[in-house]
Amino acid sequence: MAKVKGSIVIDIEKCKGCEVCIPACPEEVIAIAQQVNGKGYKYAQPVTDDCTGCTNCAVVCPDGVITVYRMKVTE
Amino acid sequence: MKELRLMKGNEAISEAAIRDGCDGYFGYPITPQSEILEYLMAERPYEKTGMIVLQAESEVASINMVYGGAACGKKVFTSSSSPGISLMQEGLSYMAGAELPAVIVNVVRGGPGLGTIQPSQADYFQSVKGGGHGDYKLITLAPASVQEMYDFVGLGFEIAFRYRNPVLILSDGAIGQMMEKVYLTEQKTRLTNEEIREKYPWATLGKVPGKHRNIITSLELESAKQEKVNIRIQAKYREVEKNEVRYEEILTEDAEYIFVAYGTSSRICQKSIELGRAKGMKIGLFRPITLYPFPSERINELAGKCKGMLSVEMSAGQMVEDVKLAVEGKTKVAHFGRLGGIIPSPVEVINAIEEKLMGGK
Amino acid sequence: MANITDEDIRKPENLVYSRTKVLTENIMSYCPGCGHGTAHRIIAEVIEEMGIQDKTVGIAPVGCSVLAYNFFDLDMQQAPHGRAPAVGTAVKRLLPDHFVFTYQGDGDLAAIGTAETIHACNRGENITMIFINNGIYGMTGGQMAPTTLPGMKSSTSPYGRDVATMGNPLKITELLAQLPGTIYVARHAVHTPAAVRKAKKAVRKAFENQKLNKGTSFVEIVSNCNSGWKMTPNQSNKWMVDHMFPYYPMGEIKDTVGKE
Repeated sequence: MAKVKGSIVIDIEKCKGCEVCIPACPEEVIAIAQQVNGKGYKYAQPVTDDCTGCTNCAVVCPDGVITVYRMKVTE
Repeated sequence: MKELRLMKGNEAISEAAIRDGCDGYFGYPITPQSEILEYLMAERPYEKTGMIVLQAESEVASINMVYGGAACGKKVFTSSSSPGISLMQEGLSYMAGAELPAVIVNVVRGGPGLGTIQPSQADYFQSVKGGGHGDYKLITLAPASVQEMYDFVGLGFEIAFRYRNPVLILSDGAIGQMMEKVYLTEQKTRLTNEEIREKYPWATLGKVPGKHRNIITSLELESAKQEKVNIRIQAKYREVEKNEVRYEEILTEDAEYIFVAYGTSSRICQKSIELGRAKGMKIGLFRPITLYPFPSERINELAGKCKGMLSVEMSAGQMVEDVKLAVEGKTKVAHFGRLGGIIPSPVEVINAIEEKLMGGK
Repeated sequence: MANITDEDIRKPENLVYSRTKVLTENIMSYCPGCGHGTAHRIIAEVIEEMGIQDKTVGIAPVGCSVLAYNFFDLDMQQAPHGRAPAVGTAVKRLLPDHFVFTYQGDGDLAAIGTAETIHACNRGENITMIFINNGIYGMTGGQMAPTTLPGMKSSTSPYGRDVATMGNPLKITELLAQLPGTIYVARHAVHTPAAVRKAKKAVRKAFENQKLNKGTSFVEIVSNCNSGWKMTPNQSNKWMVDHMFPYYPMGEIKDTVGKE
């Protein structure tokens, strides 16, 4: 059975930690880090490997800091 | 042979713009300059040269249309009369700040407020001292004939693009409305977008792949950078002051007394000189053609050789301040003016110089 | 499946979303979570997808998006407050083969620039107008806007907008839809992935319409101002849905092109 598996890359230095991506993610992949970036923002980061590459987080990100990859995986 | 035509001053502005290869006019009707827009609409230059003519919803919109066109490197202009020019001051300040070239024609009427539709020169301060906010200058040309109305359009564009700064043609209701013969120039072709990119690499014509984008703005939030912008703009004005001063002198060589007057007033003064010289008075005329840059240096030289200068203006005394600054106390300076749209008579002017500078009749 | 790592997935052939090249690398000056950034991004994506970067001129306003020219990798002009439609009019008339868009907030477009807005739309200028409505003056620190809701607090309506003395919120988008010069008028938002996708479609249509040379295309984006509204971004998006959307309903208001 074919499944999709995704992965996101967040440009943490440009992330402002607004959290808008968090409710946008149907798989609850993203959480806010406890560390801060160079601008002093606690940035968003993927915390589980449940990403399906749906792009929702990237589409809603006001700062356009999320890159999304997706591949088909055959079990 | 040169083409000769009898035209109103306002019409001459429009014809000159078309023939100079102007790309666009944006304006709003106001007396006494509406013929500029009317003439352009009637001539349909769009069909001949591709020049755009648009009646805007206000002078505020007009000057901002000029801003947009100028930012594309296009030769664009607008015209109005005093109250309308007041409305344009914001746009003019932005254009000077964003370093945009354009020509603006003010066919001055009497103020303040709605004032009168008769000719006046009471917008001198507004024209040469800023008008809008911030440290900037409008390069100001003062035509005294219909021919100069025609000629100063092309000259105005030339200077505007040379320095990337708006140029104001400061006329008045008399010169705008009167008819004189005008020698017309050949039709110039408008620049293509490719030619504009070549000549004016700052123009916003769309970002060429691989090249830096062009931004037209007058905003700089960092004070240190804004100061640098100001210093650069001021340096440009020093160049303007060095290179662009224009004036005319009539019978100043032997003059003991000199009228300083521009535009319509200078024409009256020419007649006053005739009247005065017939009575044995040695009077001459100094006519600034550029009001900014003001011909201070030459006025200072003349001040050293004469007994007094009378600034004749259709205002309560505006240019006289610049004459005094130029003279540096070397000679007596007085002002004579009529207000509210009245053009002084040559006799009045002679009487004034006798009374104010020659110790009475 | 367990042995598939992020590195296996993050390969160029698997790339499904990346930041558009029509945005510059500059960090946007907007507050965290502000809809301006998303609105910028969908405009930039549309321009990239249409391949019109070299033929587009954008007009930035005065307000929070005054620095929009720092974020779009486009030739841009910054207009005096409220005058973007007049500036855009001239640009489009002088460059009829180019794509021209204006980008304005509610104070710029619907207060100080009302005349320019209405007349550009009434003349049917063949441009795309993007209107960000967050019901407040963000840049100057949260003052009352023409679109501030009745009862809504701002720094100049600290007890809430009293319509009896302060006037009613202006639904300028509906007003513009009445004008024969507009061919496409729509209202969208950018707070959820679905909303962003819809808004982007509308923006795309508003840009595509310029090829038809039939009139003005206008897209309002109802947005949040979490700083001005004094909420977190996600709270402000919820407040927007609960309070702004009933007054400024989502959807296509006018589409004369689609009906042909």
